[in-house]
Amino acid sequence: MKPSRGPLPTWAEIVLLPMVNVALAFIVVGAIVAIIGVDPLHALRLLVVGALGSSESIGYTLYYATNFTFSGLTVLALDRWLPAWLLIPIAIASAALLGAAWAAVPAWLQAWRGSHIVITTIMFNFVASALMVYLMVNVLIAPGSMTPQSRTFGPSGRIPAMHDVLQAVGITVAPSALNLSIVLALACCVAVWVFLWHTPWGYALRTMGHNPEAAVYAGTSLRRMTMLAMCLSGALAGFVGVNELMGVHHRIVLDFPAGYGFAGIAVALMGRNHPLGIVLAALLFGALQQGGAELAFEIPTITREMVVVIQGLIILFSGALAHLPRPWLQVLFVHRA
Amino acid sequence: MDEAISFVFLMLASTLRVATPLVLCAMGGLFSEKGGIVDVGLEGKMLMAAFFAAATASVTGSAWAGVAVAVLAAEALALLHGLACITYRGNQVVSGVAINILAAGLTVVLGAAWFARGGQTPPLVGDQRLMPLFLPGAGDNVLVYAALLSVPLTWWIIARTRFGLRLRAVGEMPLAVDAAGLSVAWLRYRAVLLCGLLAGLAGAYLSIGQNAGFSRDMTAGQGFIALAAIIFGKWRPLPAFGACLIFGLLDAIAIRLQGVRLPGLGEVPVQLIQAMPYLLTMFLLAGFIGRAVAPKAAGVPYEKEH
Repeated sequence: MKPSRGPLPTWAEIVLLPMVNVALAFIVVGAIVAIIGVDPLHALRLLVVGALGSSESIGYTLYYATNFTFSGLTVLALDRWLPAWLLIPIAIASAALLGAAWAAVPAWLQAWRGSHIVITTIMFNFVASALMVYLMVNVLIAPGSMTPQSRTFGPSGRIPAMHDVLQAVGITVAPSALNLSIVLALACCVAVWVFLWHTPWGYALRTMGHNPEAAVYAGTSLRRMTMLAMCLSGALAGFVGVNELMGVHHRIVLDFPAGYGFAGIAVALMGRNHPLGIVLAALLFGALQQGGAELAFEIPTITREMVVVIQGLIILFSGALAHLPRPWLQVLFVHRA
Repeated sequence: MDEAISFVFLMLASTLRVATPLVLCAMGGLFSEKGGIVDVGLEGKMLMAAFFAAATASVTGSAWAGVAVAVLAAEALALLHGLACITYRGNQVVSGVAINILAAGLTVVLGAAWFARGGQTPPLVGDQRLMPLFLPGAGDNVLVYAALLSVPLTWWIIARTRFGLRLRAVGEMPLAVDAAGLSVAWLRYRAVLLCGLLAGLAGAYLSIGQNAGFSRDMTAGQGFIALAAIIFGKWRPLPAFGACLIFGLLDAIAIRLQGVRLPGLGEVPVQLIQAMPYLLTMFLLAGFIGRAVAPKAAGVPYEKEH
């Protein structure tokens, strides 16, 4: 007879368990760092200092965090002849619309034809990147350019950089890629929170997630809610393009999402599917991205891809292996009770 | 006339060359999915195997050592997937995604640290590679024949053996298998390990057969195309093999058509042909080309009752 193991206390569930998961991931990372012959503690110190050591690095950390808050696929429509106050909202809206439209196809397939949404979205990722390559190489490429990237956007197609904005109000920070998109990201977090927890649609959506049969019984249309959820998430994903393209590159470059989509899954997992948790997890990932870049710069045997390894391990330990440390913690709390 | 024959032969040979890793991967994925474990991580296993094959071959000078270590590397990831999905009943798709990301990062990190070539392995020559067996121009190395052999073998194991019967049962209704006194977990672990074996061979083929060395992200989505082939073949070995050949042919055509103007059509965008496997699979999944029904218990963790 096994000792009865109750559920964990709420704080352990939402704070302790994710931290143990991340700690496990970092232990494995440390082992990998040691295998390639670098002192893990030294590497960790460089990573932390690289991410948070100066106002420039904090700027980059927040910039990456902005991406991780949105996470997703593609933005295409931009024009330079409209004034900024009109163009930027239009561009942001079309990014969201395109994201939503792109997500609507797998959503429709799931809702009306019963296709497995995970498989169709993965297939659709490849279709998106093939389409992107085609458009970049054949349509949007800047005249005379050898590399597949569009012409530079005019000034009205750019989102102001944070260091310029702060300069205007008298605060000086080191230039970085951080731009006003982060305000959009935080606004989206609040909007998602309000939507999910304080509107009838959000209530229906959460019910559908917990128990689809109960949701149907309560009169929710699963098809309509699937479409709604996917289109909203597609729209949010479109905003990654806003941060990357309008905020930093100021032109369309190939493969700019660079794995943010899949990392977004990790962020949502770590953030326990709550906007506040997602902001915190995105901060951690942003810090990793920036700190990892500094780490690669300081130690030649470690490449930037170390960050990818860390992300993979975090997805593994806080997603697929999330239940691994649960019994340990349960034992801990049984003793105390 | 001779020209036409040699053209057909060249197209066939290049189709088979491209399809070989797809076939191996698809047969591996078939075992896993038939046993109820969804494997989105085929890509990562293949990539990891490709790296370790090339790394081992370049260090030891033996292609066979490369193949062996490639299989071990893929099996390690397969065990990790099994641990997450079978023992700890985690989300199978998330586990697969994690394995893909881990492999994409780890191959470059280890490659850069060991060989200092920006993630590539040194170019392989002579015995470090698998050489063509009969037709020097066609690249028919031993793994091409292994891929061709894997199809009837997979069919026979799944359709005609006791293990295959139990595997199908565990993918459709694990409760019944459990009630019959068989271990659901052990059956599923064997399925996942068979998948690792075949994905490992596919990876080795890429880096020491088809190419002469490893380069970053060299699988380039082929694991996902294999997954598409499984679905396109409706989870049956022979149709999945057919799908791999079609996708291989599409790729061979895409290479041929690069920059070629077709009469009446103009230039066909290569990207469209490259996206065809994914588009076709989505059409199939939408129910426009017959119906593809997955094993019922695929993706659902099995919790034994106490």
